[in-house]
Amino acid sequence: MGSAGRGGRGSGDVAAVRQSGDVAASRGPGEVHQARKPGAVREPGRMVVVSSLSSDAHTWNLVFLQLLIEEAGFEVVNLGPCVPADLLVSACRGLRPPLIVLSSVNGHGHQDGLRAIAALRAHEELATTPVVIGGKLGVGAGDRTAVVKELLAAGFDAVYDDVPDAEEFRGLVGALAAIRS
Amino acid sequence: MSGSDFAGAVRRAHAAGRLVVQPRMGLGDPALMRAGLVATKAAAARTVGTITLDSYTRIGDLESAERAVRGGMDLNGYPIVTHGARATRRMLDGVADADFPVQVRHGSARPARIVEAMCRAGLSATEGGPVSYCLPYGRTRLDVALHDWTRACRILASNRPDGATPHLETFGGCLMGQLCPPSLLVAVSVLEALYFRSMGITSVSVSYAQQTNEEQDREAIAALRGLCAELLPDVDWHVVVYAYMGVYPRTAGGARELLAQAARLAVDSGAERLIVKTVAEAHRLPTIAENIEALEFADGVAAGRPKPAGRAAGHRDSEVYQEAHALVEAVLNLAPEPGRALVTAVQRGLLDVPFCLHPENAGRARSFIDADGRLRWAEVGAMPLRGAVVRGGIKALTASGLVQALSHMQRTYDAAALERSRRGAALGMSS
Repeated sequence: MGSAGRGGRGSGDVAAVRQSGDVAASRGPGEVHQARKPGAVREPGRMVVVSSLSSDAHTWNLVFLQLLIEEAGFEVVNLGPCVPADLLVSACRGLRPPLIVLSSVNGHGHQDGLRAIAALRAHEELATTPVVIGGKLGVGAGDRTAVVKELLAAGFDAVYDDVPDAEEFRGLVGALAAIRS
Repeated sequence: MSGSDFAGAVRRAHAAGRLVVQPRMGLGDPALMRAGLVATKAAAARTVGTITLDSYTRIGDLESAERAVRGGMDLNGYPIVTHGARATRRMLDGVADADFPVQVRHGSARPARIVEAMCRAGLSATEGGPVSYCLPYGRTRLDVALHDWTRACRILASNRPDGATPHLETFGGCLMGQLCPPSLLVAVSVLEALYFRSMGITSVSVSYAQQTNEEQDREAIAALRGLCAELLPDVDWHVVVYAYMGVYPRTAGGARELLAQAARLAVDSGAERLIVKTVAEAHRLPTIAENIEALEFADGVAAGRPKPAGRAAGHRDSEVYQEAHALVEAVLNLAPEPGRALVTAVQRGLLDVPFCLHPENAGRARSFIDADGRLRWAEVGAMPLRGAVVRGGIKALTASGLVQALSHMQRTYDAAALERSRRGAALGMSS
């Protein structure tokens, strides 16, 4: 099941930032369940990036998002868990994705998300790329509107903090897919 | 803490017909951590203690752990490196002893500094593994993880505070928490135990996490015991069962029944120790009191269960055993050292964990839950399990299909709990 969704080991699709023994290459579960045209080329501008944030080790949320975005007709590069901001930036600069989806459920998404968006927006080629964040972004159960506002002001295009289902996000991805095709 | 020999305490409990139950507790403040351990020790159950570390310490971000401790901020576990040996010894003083040993649970792909810190604090039992704590949770390179684990094992093996035997538990039987077919869990658990032995660790436990089908879980633990008996004849080993680690029932009734099922599984399969889950699991981190309730509940279920008459014969016939045996054999053939063999096996896809996003995992294998609730293979990639593939068992996986599979046990146990309370209410009304 070779596939274009595969960007791992030495494929060179994603700029490899190797630091302190971490692996920078990316790959997602796409090939696990979706046969794609063999030999299809991953073109810049066509791959949606799905990523966790620096301190978050959860992955089922990332697998879910990849499947959902693939169902809307995009291909996905899944950067996986514990992605530091510099790795996120280098991957996105190389891919010029139509959408960057950040997901965090460990309660540090608010702080880690602010760092990530600042790093992304600092690069001209990513200044207008749609970037959204969702999951469980804070630890408290109180009023979250201030957090959402702060993330939007920092440069996110949409914030899905602890929303009960993925319908709103599905709508956004569908709209993006419609514009693209 | 003289003689706080982890495996010894578990062995004595087993000989007395008791299942050892253990929480996953971890609290940032030493006074709170001590209170948690004191409560665990005092519980009406045969317990051992747990110190679960915080996630900053887990990923080696000691600066953030230090900042949190100095600023009095909440941590999601005990920062053992930051608090240091003296504070940890004080925290454990008069709590940890021969009948109440304490295990450090850390979740780290690079645990050498953690193991060093726990040894300095007089602790000698911990857990994990170079594959099981690397693949599911991050992006540390496998060879880097193996190198650090090898250092950690050497530190632990030469650490004998007051004559206690160092003890190391594999986390391989819990890979990904859910949706990993049991044969792969059993194989990695055994392989990590073989790696620990090759590093001079003589006392190990092998983990297995409850999955989605009772009968398959029994086969898996029988296979695990069988393989350990064959491959680890010169090592002191026992089996630790983990109550379901996936999406947990939301109802208290469903959560308790799933834990009860884990306790019955542990007793029936001859396992010596059980890691519990609480009724709070689906909602938030459990309190100390909720942990104690879960320990006492599991102990009650286990105590009321007749002990198995003898070792299950015929475990070699099961699908789980045959698949696990094929995996272990294929991996051990790759290199003379089990650690190197493990890493090479992952890199070549001979071990391929479904849904694992680690860049070095092949990512070609794929699992599904069949109509009976058994975890099966839809794709095996390069793993030597061709015959195990169920053709046409699953259509293309979708996002909602994944959510269905992830919440299979939650739905099943919540539905049963609601049905029980409905029936209970109906009975109450008719009487």
